Amino acid sequence: MPLNPWIEALVALFLVAGSLFALIGAIGLYRLPDFFTRLHAPTKATTLGVGGMVIASMIYFSARNGSLSLHELLITLFLFITAPVSAHVLAKAAMQQKLRLHDSTRGKPWQQ
Amino acid sequence: MLDYVIPLCLVLMSLSVLLTVVRLIKGPDLPDRVLALDTLYINALALIVLFGIWLGSGLFFEAALLIAVMGFVSTVAVAKYLLRGDIIE
Amino acid sequence: MMARCWPHPLLSLFLLATWLLLVNDLGIGHWLLGGFLGWAIPQLTQAFWVRTPRVSRPLKLVGFLLMVVGDIAVANLQVARLILSPTRRLHPAFVEVPMELDDELALTILASVITLTPGTVSADLSDDRRTLLVHGLDVGDEAELAASIKSRYEAPLKEIFACSTT
Repeated sequence: MPLNPWIEALVALFLVAGSLFALIGAIGLYRLPDFFTRLHAPTKATTLGVGGMVIASMIYFSARNGSLSLHELLITLFLFITAPVSAHVLAKAAMQQKLRLHDSTRGKPWQQ
Repeated sequence: MLDYVIPLCLVLMSLSVLLTVVRLIKGPDLPDRVLALDTLYINALALIVLFGIWLGSGLFFEAALLIAVMGFVSTVAVAKYLLRGDIIE
Repeated sequence: MMARCWPHPLLSLFLLATWLLLVNDLGIGHWLLGGFLGWAIPQLTQAFWVRTPRVSRPLKLVGFLLMVVGDIAVANLQVARLILSPTRRLHPAFVEVPMELDDELALTILASVITLTPGTVSADLSDDRRTLLVHGLDVGDEAELAASIKSRYEAPLKEIFACSTT
């Protein structure tokens, strides 16, 4: 079944937005100066990147099969629940290992 | 239109996987590497969803969900090992 | 009676929704099976719940979650700009935010929301649960950041979970 061009454009928009966010997250991971700043990039940008892909996939399969396909939402939901947890555990591990901080960082991590 | 957009997105996603692998190799510390692995599995997730759209097959959903679950558990397990030196106390 | 049959109404609803999404089919049979699972799983796991979280304003919870999703989308653009601009201009900082919540679930939600909204990651909670350590990617003013977290996210959560403000 050929897709409506408007729906196709919408799917393409979400796909491009999602992969751009994932790319920005990876760039952040690559070039930010210390661990704690690097922690910001993947936990958010990448999660949103997958979110964009998943929305595109939802729209695509709903339009193609003519019936609502929402199960991809589970992936986003799961990621949104787990991403903060893994970021938190990693931050605690990093604080315990006393990683080097960027020079302009104000404030101090707590002693574990 | 999707015939052009999906390969473009595959290129963008592959670029981000490459950057993540560079960080994985460079380190410099263990938490950095774990963070890179965490990002890597999320990127793999996005790639699988994208591939599913390209092939027009809904079969990849289960694979993506499983990767999400396993990736989260492994990240937490390794981070806990770094934190305590032990996984199950 | 009501409390014994449905110890966690929100959890039951959540399980039903998860089941329906997982099978991707809205047939009557799946509603029944999902409803049964939503009833049985809280019953079976009853022993593991230390104490039941009380949600006094469920509608407000939905509004809060929608606001958070909006915040995530809008403020991600901000982080994207920060990542792509020169790193010399970044001003990362550790900020201590005093907490008034005392409910475990509310604190978990607050810490997760702080991590998901861009520019801030919650790094640690003090042992007495009174202070949250937050790492900001680009902080102009520490006091302002703490105040905005308290007014934008903590205040609604306090209302939703009807916490005693000690």
